[in-house]
Amino acid sequence: MYRYDVVDRTLVNERVAQFRDQTRRFLAGQLTEDEFRHLRLRNGLYIQRHAPMLRVAIPYGLLSSTQLRALGAIARRYDRGYGHFTTRQNIQFNWPKLEQVPDILAELAEVEMHAIQTSGNCIRNTTSDHLAGVTPEELEDPRPWCELIRQWSTFHPEFTYLPRKFKIAVTGAPKDRAASLVHDVGVHIVRGQSGELGFEILAGGGLGRTPIIGQVVREFLPREHLLTYLEAILRVYNLEGRRDNIHKARIKILVRSLGLEEFRRRVEAEWESSRGAGPRVDDGEIARLRGFFDPPPYRRLADTEPAEGQSTAFRAWYRYNTTAHKVPGYRAVYVSLKKPDVAPGDITDSQLELVADLAERYSFGEVRVTHTQNLLFADVQQDKAFELWQALEKAGLATPNIGTLTDMIACPGLDFCSLANAGSIDVAKHINERFDDYDYIYDLGEIEVKMSGCMNACGHHHVGHIGILGVDKSGEEWYQITIGGAAGADASLGHVIGPSVAKTEVPETIARLLDVYVEQRRPDERFLDTVRRLGVKPFKDRVYAAPVAA
Amino acid sequence: MPRRLLRDGLIVEDDWSYLAEAGDGAASALILSLTEWQSRRDSWIARVGRLGVWLLPAERVELLEPDLPRFSLIAADFPGPSEGRGYSQARLLREHWGFRGELRARGYVRRDQLFFMARCGFNSFELPDSDIENAAAALSTFSRAYQPSNDAGLALKPPLRSRSTPASA
Repeated sequence: MYRYDVVDRTLVNERVAQFRDQTRRFLAGQLTEDEFRHLRLRNGLYIQRHAPMLRVAIPYGLLSSTQLRALGAIARRYDRGYGHFTTRQNIQFNWPKLEQVPDILAELAEVEMHAIQTSGNCIRNTTSDHLAGVTPEELEDPRPWCELIRQWSTFHPEFTYLPRKFKIAVTGAPKDRAASLVHDVGVHIVRGQSGELGFEILAGGGLGRTPIIGQVVREFLPREHLLTYLEAILRVYNLEGRRDNIHKARIKILVRSLGLEEFRRRVEAEWESSRGAGPRVDDGEIARLRGFFDPPPYRRLADTEPAEGQSTAFRAWYRYNTTAHKVPGYRAVYVSLKKPDVAPGDITDSQLELVADLAERYSFGEVRVTHTQNLLFADVQQDKAFELWQALEKAGLATPNIGTLTDMIACPGLDFCSLANAGSIDVAKHINERFDDYDYIYDLGEIEVKMSGCMNACGHHHVGHIGILGVDKSGEEWYQITIGGAAGADASLGHVIGPSVAKTEVPETIARLLDVYVEQRRPDERFLDTVRRLGVKPFKDRVYAAPVAA
Repeated sequence: MPRRLLRDGLIVEDDWSYLAEAGDGAASALILSLTEWQSRRDSWIARVGRLGVWLLPAERVELLEPDLPRFSLIAADFPGPSEGRGYSQARLLREHWGFRGELRARGYVRRDQLFFMARCGFNSFELPDSDIENAAAALSTFSRAYQPSNDAGLALKPPLRSRSTPASA
């Protein structure tokens, strides 16, 4: 993985000093609440329902064992012993004290981490495919490009006060595991007409109040122009994006109001005039960055399958929680953070430390955070999978549900977030209580349930096969259900099935949707595809045919 | 009391006046709004003395292009702490239009933004008295940067594209 040099280290340390001074000035009354808000937000610090929330950047989701241990120590010392992984591969701490945040940042800096630009109207953490570098279908490892974008976007002087937040995702494989179509900018590594690799650039995707799927601005961009092209997009957005209405300030609204053609024309014109002076990607620099992501020293092994005699629990886990690796004899192994009685994405301090140890023992000392709020050991020997499973099982990290109904995405919701209208965590819990039969869950196959506590859509409900949105109805928590959304390369927005349902009715509503699927599906057809084939009506009819007995 | 500025890293008294403050007879160095400039362009050109112009965030810098050599100062206005268009205006003026005169940030300008402003090309800053004494230090908040800079006054490392620092350095 990328390691800091003197430049990175200096910048992060100077940021800690800067933020320490800003916090001191705020506590001394020299900065107003509003002035400090603009500063702390660019350092990942929100003031939340119970306490401040600190979001720590995990660039493209990659963590070392050393970093995991540091996160565990921070969770224990400054928080209540746990952290929460987000859909953008970051981690959040929900209980730090404001005056201690500079110390937390100093501890993070020790392990080459920070909270720079994890919130605020600036370029956020660049996210990517959690299977980068190991998936057999990949054109090229996107992480060197992510690191290039990370550096370029960190303290970018022109783009630190944008109209609104700005999220970039980069993928290098046809299957999109980074939800890049619902990002402000999606960067796809693609092959050009003469076989060379370059980028397809999308813009204007996003969720929130106005969900929009990103559109292709440029079909093929030669690689040396990546940064100048991003600068052109950002400059058009910075100058022309709306600043008078927070709900209309994302780039998706600009793209929509100008129309794709006109937006593209302006970006291309800006690029033509500014690219000469901008930061061209240097071959030497990209080669230097690539060196950090060289494959680890794999052993020469043959593929093996779990033996017949091994426990069915292990075999189920192996089937659902591991996935193909490009190197024979290896698997990528998910650490499920979706245990039924735990909030999705939450992890304790001791679990963080255990994962650090297991990463060292089984996966070259590295772990990835997935967009779906799980962790991944990318490089596990197949013949060690059983040992690893046993260790994970003991720690409650082997729930065999990756990609299934109970592998739900959920935001922190009303329990923590000051924006939320409704709870997410307890709804996830109710769903888990209702659906605890793994034979049934496995029979349903691949299905993505995504839940947000408000229309800001941190839980990506619009792009869930089943989406659940918390709404406030005269002080009560209600839930609007959508079906047919998807976040991958075939991204689509879900359709609302009808009036929202009460909290206690959510599990039964989902059960009815699943009943229609089970009755109507064709062989090997996913829930999503059945919805796409049949439309919303049969599902809607079933859900609202009879009142739900709560 | 005359306005104080941070200009090229030093606190100085402002030798410019805005038309709205001074009237057109008084000051020799006068800053006009874009509208003021456009509405009486010919008479401003005939006037003796240095001219400056200040832009609202929504005003496009290209509008100044035909007259750029007439201005020895251009100011960008920051109406509040979330305003960011001035950063792009500055880079466009420096990089695309080659403006070499005084580039000033006015409005909501505080020490915490100075580093970014300077890197975009601003070299003078209208700061409140509460901030001005400590502001010069903010220009060296960071001793390194990943991006190319428009500020020759900041001694920063070479930009990202030519970086070759060994990891162990």
